[in-house]
Formats: sequence, C-alpha cells, structure tokens
Amino acid sequence: MALDSQKTDGFKQVGTRPDRPDGVDKVTGRARFGADMTAPGMLWGAIVRSPHAHARIVKIDTSKAEAMDGVKAVVTRADFSTSVAPARGMRGEMWNTLENVMAGETALYDGHAVAAVAATSALAARDAMKAIEVEYEVLPHVTDVDKAMAEDAPVIRADTAEASVPEGMHPNVVRYHESGHGDLGAGFAEADLVVEEHFVTEATHQGYIEPHACLATLGGDGKGELWCCTQGHWNVQKVCAALLDLETSQLRVTASEIGGGFGGKTTVFIEPVALALSRKANKPVKVVMTRSEVFRASGPTASTSMDIRIGMKKDGTITAASGVFRCQGGAFPGAPMEFTAMCAFAPYNLKNVSQIGYDVMTNRPKQAAYRAPGSPMAAFAVESVIDELCNKLDLDTIDTRLKNASKEGTQASFGPKWDRIGLVETLEAAKAHPHYSEPLKPGQGRGISCGFWFNHGGETAVSLALSEDGTAQLAVGTPDIGGSRASMAMMAAEELGIPYENVRCTVVDTASLGYNEISHGSRVTYASGLATIKAARDAVKKLCARAAAKWGIPEDAVKWEDGCAVPSGPNAGEHDPMPLAKITAKMGATGGPIVGHFEATPEGAGVSFATHIVDAEVDQETGKTSVSRYTVVQDAGKAIHPTYVEGQFQGGAAQGIGWALNEEYVYGDDGRLQNATFLDYRIPVASDLPMIDTVIVEVPNPGHPYGVRGVGETSICPPLAAIANAVSNAAGVRLTQLPMSPPRILRALGTHD
Amino acid sequence: MSKIHVTTTINGDEVEFLCDPRETMLDVLRDRLGLTGAKEGCGTGDCGACSVTVDDRLVCSCLMLGAEAEGKEIATVEGIATEEKLHPLQKRFIEYAALQCGVCTPGILVAAKNLLERNPDPTETEVRYWLAGNLCRCTGYDKIIRAVMDTAAEMREAS
Amino acid sequence: MQYHTPATFGDAVAIASGAEGVTRFLAGGTDVLVQLRSDLVEPDNLIDIKRVPGASDITKNPDGSWTLGVAATGAEMSEHAELGRDWPGLVEAMDLIGSTQVQGRATLTGNLCNGSPAADSVPAMFAAGVTVSVTGPDGMRQVPVEQIPAGPGKTNLAKGELISAVHVPARRAGGGDAYLRFIPRTEMDIAVVGCGVNLALNGDTITEARVALGAVAPTVVMVPDAAAAIVGTTLDDAALAKLSEAAAAACNPIDDKRGTIAFRTHVAGVLARRVARIAYDRAKG
Repeated sequence: MALDSQKTDGFKQVGTRPDRPDGVDKVTGRARFGADMTAPGMLWGAIVRSPHAHARIVKIDTSKAEAMDGVKAVVTRADFSTSVAPARGMRGEMWNTLENVMAGETALYDGHAVAAVAATSALAARDAMKAIEVEYEVLPHVTDVDKAMAEDAPVIRADTAEASVPEGMHPNVVRYHESGHGDLGAGFAEADLVVEEHFVTEATHQGYIEPHACLATLGGDGKGELWCCTQGHWNVQKVCAALLDLETSQLRVTASEIGGGFGGKTTVFIEPVALALSRKANKPVKVVMTRSEVFRASGPTASTSMDIRIGMKKDGTITAASGVFRCQGGAFPGAPMEFTAMCAFAPYNLKNVSQIGYDVMTNRPKQAAYRAPGSPMAAFAVESVIDELCNKLDLDTIDTRLKNASKEGTQASFGPKWDRIGLVETLEAAKAHPHYSEPLKPGQGRGISCGFWFNHGGETAVSLALSEDGTAQLAVGTPDIGGSRASMAMMAAEELGIPYENVRCTVVDTASLGYNEISHGSRVTYASGLATIKAARDAVKKLCARAAAKWGIPEDAVKWEDGCAVPSGPNAGEHDPMPLAKITAKMGATGGPIVGHFEATPEGAGVSFATHIVDAEVDQETGKTSVSRYTVVQDAGKAIHPTYVEGQFQGGAAQGIGWALNEEYVYGDDGRLQNATFLDYRIPVASDLPMIDTVIVEVPNPGHPYGVRGVGETSICPPLAAIANAVSNAAGVRLTQLPMSPPRILRALGTHD
Repeated sequence: MSKIHVTTTINGDEVEFLCDPRETMLDVLRDRLGLTGAKEGCGTGDCGACSVTVDDRLVCSCLMLGAEAEGKEIATVEGIATEEKLHPLQKRFIEYAALQCGVCTPGILVAAKNLLERNPDPTETEVRYWLAGNLCRCTGYDKIIRAVMDTAAEMREAS
Repeated sequence: MQYHTPATFGDAVAIASGAEGVTRFLAGGTDVLVQLRSDLVEPDNLIDIKRVPGASDITKNPDGSWTLGVAATGAEMSEHAELGRDWPGLVEAMDLIGSTQVQGRATLTGNLCNGSPAADSVPAMFAAGVTVSVTGPDGMRQVPVEQIPAGPGKTNLAKGELISAVHVPARRAGGGDAYLRFIPRTEMDIAVVGCGVNLALNGDTITEARVALGAVAPTVVMVPDAAAAIVGTTLDDAALAKLSEAAAAACNPIDDKRGTIAFRTHVAGVLARRVARIAYDRAKG
C-alpha cells in the first residue's frame, strides 16, 4: 500500500551528488578499519586451522605453545558456551555458528578453526599457533554438491535434515523447498519448443579487500567491548553473547569502517574467538585474518547444480517452466536454495511453473550471504535457456522477455501478486539504449539477461538530535558499506530543510540505539533511509510544537517549510517564519533537547529488477574471453545519491564478470582448497574491464516515503547469464558451466577433451 | 631474537625504529609507527592495498622487510595531502565516488600519484594496466579510472 | 631468522657457506617474502645482496652485450630504452611479472632462482641465450641459464653459491625476440603457458632460432625441435604448423588449478606460433 505521504519530486537534496562525509578520512588514510585499532596492553591472536577436509579431533596439545615467551592464553571449544544446543536445519543456527567459529569434536573443512592463541606480538602469536599440536583421525570427505547427494557419500552430520526433506534423500540433504503453480504437463504440451539443460556453478567468494579483523576486550566481570568490521554489529553482539554465555547488553560492539562485505561480513568468525582469548588473558586481544584464512574459513557463496526446462511458443510466449536447484553451502545447513528457486523465474509471468530446491552439506566452509544470495546462479541457468529458445525460434531477446514480463498485478512464480515493479521499464530502457542496437564486430557476441532480488526491510532504529546551533546529528545503526551516510544525511537535510553539510551522520555503537538489523538485503537506503525520514519528521513535529508554544497557537496550526516553522491555517495568525536554528538556540529553556526517533521494522522494501547488456569476444584458439562493452539498466525506485547508485550497479556488474569468467573455489582430491590467494582466486583487475555504463530507472517503491528501492544486490543477478549468453553467441556453442574459464570454453568448442 | 635498528625517512620525517627481521615494512608502518593508512589485504603482493613508494619507486610494503628501509625515503598515503590541502587526486576521488568502502583507496592513490608523476598524460589503457595490481572489489574500477584520467587532465592544465 | 647485508658477493658467499639450516638470498623479495609470510619457507638466514656495489646496474658492454646486476628490477629494465630495443622480448617477459608494485622490486635473478617452471622471464632468457655468473666458495664461473633450474622450486646452485650477474648476448643485426604467456586475466596471473622465441634472419629466411616453453614441464624447457621447424623457412604457414606441433609435442605438463594438460599442450602450440610471428617481424625490423 502506498504511503500517503510519498514524495517523488520537488526535491532539494535528493538526486544531487554531494561529497560523502567520510570522504576525506578515506583518501587520507585516516579512516579506521577493522585492523586499524589498538588498545593499551593489547595482545595478538592467531587461530589454528584444520588442514583436513574432514577429521575427528583426537587430541589438542597446547603445552608447547603455552610454554613459549609472550604467550598469554590458549582457547579451544571448551572455552565457549556449553548451553547452545544443536537442532535440525536453521533452527540450530546458533549452534552451527558456534561449531563453525571453533570446531567441536570434528573438523568439517579445510580451514576449520580448532584452537587459538594470544601472545604479545603478531609474530609470537603465529609462532605459538604453529606449536599447537593437533592429532586428527582423517575421515572420508565430499566437496561436490552432486556427489554429496549420492548414496555412498560420507555423512557430514546425521540428523540435521528438516522434516520437509523428502524420504529417501541422503542425510546431507538438510532442507527442501518447493513452490510454483499451474499444470506443467499441460504447459509443456502447449509449447512449440522445449529446451532442457543442466547447469553448474562453482562457489565464489565475496572477495572484500579487507580481511576480517577485530579487537576484543572481555573481563571476568562479563563486561566486554568489541571493535570489528562487520555489516551488522547488533547481530555480532547477540551472537557473541550467546556463544560466550554473556548478557547481551554487557557487550558493547562498535562497527569499524568496513572494507567491503557484500554479505560476507553478516556473521561472526573471529570475534567470539578474540573475546574468549581476551577473557582468558584478561587483556585486549586483536585478531586479524590472513587472506588465506579469509578464503579457507569465511563464507563463500554456494556452488550449484541445476536443471532447467522451459517451453515456448513460436511467438515467444513461455508456456511452462521448471527448475531443480541443488545448492551446497558447506558443512552446515543454510545454502540459499530457496532464494535460488524463488528468484529463478521471478521476471516472468508464468501460468505453469515449478521450482524445487535442495540444501546440501559438504566438507567446505560454511557459506555466507553473497550479494543477492542464490539469485545470480538461478538467473544464469534460466536466462541461458531463454536465450537458447530465442536463438532457436529466431526471436528478439528483449521483445521476448517483454512479452512474458512480470508486472504489477501478475502472479510471481513463488506465489504473491506483484506490487508496482519496474521490470518492463528496464527492458524498454535497455532496448532503447544505443548499446542494444550497436552492430557487433566480428568475433563478438551479445548477451542480455534480466535479474531479480527481493530486497529487505528489517529492524531499524534511528535517532536525530538537533544541536543548539541548528545542525543535526543523525545516529544510524547500519554500517556504511557504500556511501550510505551521505544518503542518510541528504534525506535528513531534505526533511529538515537545512543544508546537507549541517547534518552529521554517524554509525553508532550498540549502546547508542535500539537493535538494528545487519546492512544486508539492500536494506540500508530503504530502511535506515525511511527511519531517517521518519525520525526527521518526528523532530520537525517537536520543532513545530516549540514554535506553537512560543506563538501561543495550537501545534496543528504550525507547519514546516524550508527549514522554518510557519503558521498554517486560518486561525494561526500572523507570525514570521521561525528558522530551525532559532528554535534550537532556545530549546534548553523551552522544553529541553529536541530529538527525533524512529524504531520499527519496515516491510515495504519493494523488489528490484535489472536488465544487463554485454558484448564479449572469445579468442577461439585459447578460449580467452574479454568483455568489450557493458551496460547496466536497473530500477532504483528513487536514486537518492545517483553517483552511489551507479557505483552499486557497476560494482555488481564487475563482480558478476569475475564470477562468470574466472572466479571459483578449486578443491583438490584431498578436499583442500587449492587457490586461497588473490593470485589464484582471480577477481577482475582494472585492465580486465571496460567502462560500465549505467541507466538508472526510477519506478517508485510504494513502500518508501521517497520511493527508494534497494540497489546493491540486484546488480549482480543478471551478469552471469548476460555474459554466458554473450560468450555462447560469440563462440557459437552454449556454455553451461561457470566460470567460463578458457579450458572450459575450449572444451565446449571441441578443441580438445 | 635480536631486533634490528633502522633509520629511515617517512613522508619527509626522519624515523627510527626497532623491528624483528621477519617484520615487513607494512608491519612496521602499521604496528610500530601508527601509520595505518596502508592496508594489508593479502600479505602476498597481490592486492596493492599496502602500496607505498620507496625512493619514488612504487612497491608493496608487504613485500619489503622493515629492515630494508634503512636509508630510504618512504612515502605513504598519509603524506599525500599537504597540511589541510588535499591532492587533486584525493579531491577527485571523493567527488567521483571513486571509492565505496575505501580500503583499497590509500594504495590506489599512492599508485595513481606515482603514475601521474611519471606520466602526466596516460591513456585509459595505461592507467588500467598501471593499477592492475590494486584490487578494488566495490567499484568495477570505472569511477577510479575516470577520476585518475580527469585529475591528470586537470593537473596538466594547471601546470 | 638472521638478516644479513653483506657488502660484497664474497661476504655473501662466506655467510651462506657457513650458515646452518635454510638460507635464502634477498633481492626483490617478491617470492622470498611471499614464502615467508605464507609459512612455506622461513629461512634461518636471509642474505640481502642489494647493498653490494653495482648490484642494480644495467650496463651495455663495448661488444654490445649486456650485464645486468642481480638486483636490477623489472621497472628499471623496462625504463631502459636501449635494452628494450635490443631485447624487447626479454624486457616484456620481465615486465609481465606481477603488478607495477612487483615490478618495482622483482628481478630476473630472483625469477630464475625461485625455480618456478612458470617464471615469465626464464623462457625469454633461455631463448636469448643468457648466461649467468655463479659465485661460490670455489670462485666464479659463467654458466648458461638453462643449467640453473632443476625442478619446481629447485636450482642446481650448490650450498654457498649465488648468482652474481646476468649476461645477455649482443643483439646482432637481423635478430629479434618475443615472449608471450597465456593467462586468464590480463594481468596479475601466473603463466598457464609461456613461450619465448629468439631468432636471426638472413633476408627473409630464418638462420637461427631458439624456442623455450614455460609452465609445460617441471622446468622451463628449450624446444630444439620447434626451433628446427622454422630454421631455413620464411615462417610460412607450413613452418608455423610444424612449430606448433613441435611445441605441443615438447609439453609434459600437469593438471592443476591453473590449467589442464590438454589445455596447456594446445595453447603451447598456439602461443609458439604467435610469438614466432612477433619475433620474426621484429627481426625484419
């Protein structure tokens, strides 16, 4: 339902491109990230990790390490909560997290933490870490999703499956999803052409440049302080408290500047370990992951195995579509298979559709969210089949998508009816873009794909305190992962009618606001933005009340215009406009501090769609692909700071290019990760990419006062498929496995086995 | 294990420190000298977040021992702005949103400044290859490249 | 770990000869420090040879040959216009290693002594006919570069021995060299296959050729059959096809995270052709 007070034009601040408030800090080296903090008397922690994919921990001998100079504490699982209990599926998530943070009886993947040490220097801690002796009994392992579902696969943890998993499945299949509507049989029978294909994607890592880092202080009194790079410090507070049997409110968590997250910093890894070490040593402890630890032990996304079947009439009408999505998310439940399944056919208005998802455990690190978790893989599979159908039926790829596009009032593949959405608008903008009509050069192929993400609201608290001089302090609780402080300050300034520069937006610690959900689900500009607007309106109401009191008129006879209280209505009388600063200057004597608040769980996040256009060239002799042109078209609802919206579009596209072409977790037969470095986990470098053109489509989200939709995640949904379509069209052969590395492309071309 | 005494120059100031022979220049900058502008993204020379110049030569400070700094002139991101005046690259990076999270930014600024000192009129391709060792995961590089190119143009006009 | 800064190669040899445990020499450190930080190799003695006078010099000798100091960096080589005119392939090969930052430190000698079969500069050095001075407890000797690699991560240098200079032959008229590698990205990768070709012409006909391949065997390898395939030809299509075949036939690669046996073997043939064409065009001037 539309907000009655939605404002979609006449903005003074929104839509402009001011400098971000943390800009100077970040170009001068002053900004403090996770690893940049120190404390007096600080120790350094280091974590012992399993070299085995699956092994029973027989014995941990810490005596040699403990005897070394400078070593102050060693912890194992015994130093964590004993009250957190296992449970099936996601109900056991707190236990799963504990088990992942520090292994219990069994090491479940290469890189799984088994012990930790704190010492007086980073080198001393590393030396001591190497002196901890762990005796393992190596167990059979499995890292591949299909193999993990096979009858003879080693069981990773019995009795983990939820009741919804069909009878007869391997115990590694722990969750199941099924959705859809209509009659598939009838739908496929109506089709002139049915294309069915199997797709595989490898696990990819979020690849943030800043490794996980934290500085923890915890005393025997149960009171703690934690500084860490995280996307959500209230969640860190809650989880760490549970894992260490602390009272939540006794642990104050401060979010550092965050050097990228993309979903990977929505959980805890080293933070509880640093707290446990600190509690034992009774000194502050800093723990910083190495890059290799980041790859081996923090969350990559799921790898998948998928089967897609789509039927189409000659005129391009899709008659039926079905998909089976198998996602492995490491040695714990949680692979985002329900999102994969639900996003797969979301762009299309289908009469007959079915999607099935399996969550499968393997001996790999516990998956973490990665930018629209689950959706990009689904789009890769589905949009590849759509492209193949268009090729075979000689149909225009955008017209065909337009013909079947979801729009307001049509039923989503996963159930509900769509509210106002902007898919058609992105397709039309893509079609009108000069890129789409530019002739291809020899050897080039063009690919199109749509993408979808739900977006999210979530628990949000914001407070906006006015200062005597008429400036505003905006306290938000969602870590700024891409310039959100600027957007928040703009929205506050818009409502208050004061200059952007007069609003200082700070991401505050857990002691300073109510619970704020993680910066995830593309929710920050939507939810913290909504909360900021509402908090500013709350402050405005209070400002108006002060003016009303001063003028001796009723509160509802005062309205707020251009930063001033003004009389409103026939009985208000004649009063000069009273500027904000004039009211705040006297606020101590007129009722005390003026602070606006908002605390709620906004639920109108508003989904987002995108359409991407890519041109790619394939070297037929070597299988090497280069992306020659890229255009992102995406619905932002309303772009608060267009430059940062463009940045999200470009960043998602770039990550998608990496995922499509080169990024992958490579496991050896021994179950060990082979490429835990940026040398061999190949994210795109500057010379790999073209400029990335962007088109911001604005179809207002009815659930936000200005129409904002989240933009961060949708941008990574179309690239895998768009590039796969471009590469397939350039190479003349359909690529069905990611990444489309040169050896895979040559194999597809039949150059060699 | 005895420590090594090193005398060096950092951002124009003479600095003395003691370090373990295994400590890298990056360890020394961050943990001994409190210069945390240079970041450790990988520790293996693959990401460029720790970029500094040594005698005007761009290097990864994670691939240099602290002990090797003896007698050298080292420049870090902390030395790019003069007093309260930002370098044109710094201004342009903010204006263009050539950073999102900002953790790669110190290394990229050090590298880009070194490029423009050597080549005031680089092509887009030259900028992209010069910065290929500076990983950025947020931006897709588009706004970074534009910021460097436009700063170069601005500096050429100003000189 | 002990860190040493000898003032002469003699002192360096003395330290290395008397050292217990693992000894490493430090020039650019772009491999040694990575191994140290990754807990692969923690030397007991690290001998920094950059303070030896002349270690960073790049010198053209009166006979047209070149002597490169063991600490001369990739960046210094790339900035040396005359060296680049004489040996563009060698300079390009060195320049392909790592980033601009790595170029600020990395050296030919380090690339050679790291013992990687995928080292970019090594096939170019093989092709160029580079020799190196080896200084050790028994004095100095000059050996062809092909004799240094012994296997992945291993060299034929004995305890106490180090490379003290790199000698690149004079570039004769009618000669040219080139190096290409295959990587999936445009930069920052280790070669999946590397190929260096150096040849000399008489008119349009190739009179001498040296072809070397990287990343297709336990060490960088010379491929005499590939050279023979193009000597006496004008690098026509038939010669190129034979060259390709010979290059592929010389491959004895492994399947690993960077490439497969089949891929490496195929691409070695492709690269050999492409590199030979560039070298040929350069030789023609």
